[in-house]
Amino acid sequence: MSKSLRNKYTLVIGLEVHAQLLTESKIYTPDSTAYGSQPNTNLSVITLAHPGTLPLLNKKVVEFAIRMGIACRCAISRLNIFDRKNYFYPDLPKGYQLTQDRTPICKGGFVTITTSTGERDVKLNRIHIEEDAGKSIHLENESDTLVDFNRAGVALIEIVSEPDLRSSEEAASFLTEVRKLVRYLEICDGNMEEGSLRCDANVSVMPAGSSLYGKKVEVKNMNSIRNVQRAIEHEFDRQIALLEKGEVVISETRTFNADNGKTYGMRTKEELNDYRYFPDPDLSPLEISDKWLSSIQASMPILPRALALKYEQEYGLPKYDALVLTDTKDVATYFESVSKHTSNYKAASNWVMGPVKSYLNETGLNAHEFPLLPQRIAEIITLIDQGKISYTVASQRVFPDLLSNPAKTALEVAHHLNVIQESNQDSILPIVEQVMKEFPLKVEEYKNGKKGIMSMFMGEVMKRSKGKADPKVATQLLTKKLEEV
Amino acid sequence: MKINREVLDKIAHLSRLEFDEKDAEKMMQDMTAIVDWVEKLKEVDTEGVEPLTTMSHEINVLREDEIKEHLSHERALQNAPQKDADYFRVPKVLE
Repeated sequence: MSKSLRNKYTLVIGLEVHAQLLTESKIYTPDSTAYGSQPNTNLSVITLAHPGTLPLLNKKVVEFAIRMGIACRCAISRLNIFDRKNYFYPDLPKGYQLTQDRTPICKGGFVTITTSTGERDVKLNRIHIEEDAGKSIHLENESDTLVDFNRAGVALIEIVSEPDLRSSEEAASFLTEVRKLVRYLEICDGNMEEGSLRCDANVSVMPAGSSLYGKKVEVKNMNSIRNVQRAIEHEFDRQIALLEKGEVVISETRTFNADNGKTYGMRTKEELNDYRYFPDPDLSPLEISDKWLSSIQASMPILPRALALKYEQEYGLPKYDALVLTDTKDVATYFESVSKHTSNYKAASNWVMGPVKSYLNETGLNAHEFPLLPQRIAEIITLIDQGKISYTVASQRVFPDLLSNPAKTALEVAHHLNVIQESNQDSILPIVEQVMKEFPLKVEEYKNGKKGIMSMFMGEVMKRSKGKADPKVATQLLTKKLEEV
Repeated sequence: MKINREVLDKIAHLSRLEFDEKDAEKMMQDMTAIVDWVEKLKEVDTEGVEPLTTMSHEINVLREDEIKEHLSHERALQNAPQKDADYFRVPKVLE
């Protein structure tokens, strides 16, 4: 699609993000939530909706949802009731989903996103608590659909944005931020491939400059942030093409096909939904007292943006470093530990963002599994700052050797590798003098203004010191001695 | 309120139920009567009364996040009309 055609329209996106909460037991029943269990083993009569059974709300679910609400600057509903969302589908045992329609536990709020055009707050509509459904398995050569109810009743929060996003880049950034937040808060593992974080996108287009939203399409089945972005891009073009042909966009649910990047309409009969919400009489109302709310507030960890700001202000790091370091809590924690052992924060940042993160990427380990104690990195930094080893030697020899001998100190490894630089003037000076004596003609050339010859002198000094002379000290001495001639 | 054929068909679809064509007229009459009866409630003056959402006066009946005894796999599947060793089986949902 041409850029000029795209410029004629404004893209409008609202996201609905479901996050599976990291509770041990389900939202209304004490069944395990373990992922990957044998099918139909994490069940109770309540989950299976046997007659006469009653749900009982898991306290932790409430606290996790409120944590997210606080992180997103939402208003917390003090009086909550639960509602039944009625529909028939084989993976929904009760014939209704217990959710919050009228009193979402968190109202309003914002998620701050960063895109190529800067930072901005994206408006949230709400965050509410609800239960997950079971899993239907449709096999090609089976005449039946198979149902596994292990997931039925697992606690979810649904984070609903306002139609406030204007590009697929913004949508991707929103999701990235939400995933970062739930991980920092330790309320969801954020794994989109396993479906513990799921995203539906409401996409519409309107003529540029208009404030009247077009007909929206809901896109489902995107299991990565990248695919959410692809699906939105595809919808943008598809909807513009329809309007340009004088056709209309049908309000429908479409599914994304990751193989070809296109969306396909789902059967419209399923679309005739009328959920007939009404208050659930089985669950007692939920009241959030001041005391409860303050205790949750007090348990809040520092959030990634606040942490990044702290790194900028207290450690004097560039914004870029601060963002990379706070991308995951794990890496941030490691960086902080290194910083406790050195005051050269920029060097600590470079080491964590560079060699440490590369190692983690290559091995697939998390930062808390990194084999070196944080003080080892600090030791390396100190050795470099003291001029005992060069950065090149540190990163190419000392660091890899430490990884194989994590019990040794950086100094021990440097000694063992025999790479400690000679920064002692007394030991470098004789070499400098010797070199000058051997190359009188070159010294003459230098004196006649050929300053570039310095590198030849340096090369000789380094060669004779077997690479151990501190280049800074050697340069100083050479310059001084040559000027004295 | 009169339950017409359109409403009847919609309710049947939402409930995933089928009915015999010859019962349609009778059902529309019955449902209209039920709705009319409930509509009588509108005669009560509810000015200033909060909607009732629960019959109980209890609030915050919560449980700690603990796993309790499960149903065994066999017992969980016991009452299913269609099943195999692992799964509940239902008529194919997707075409």
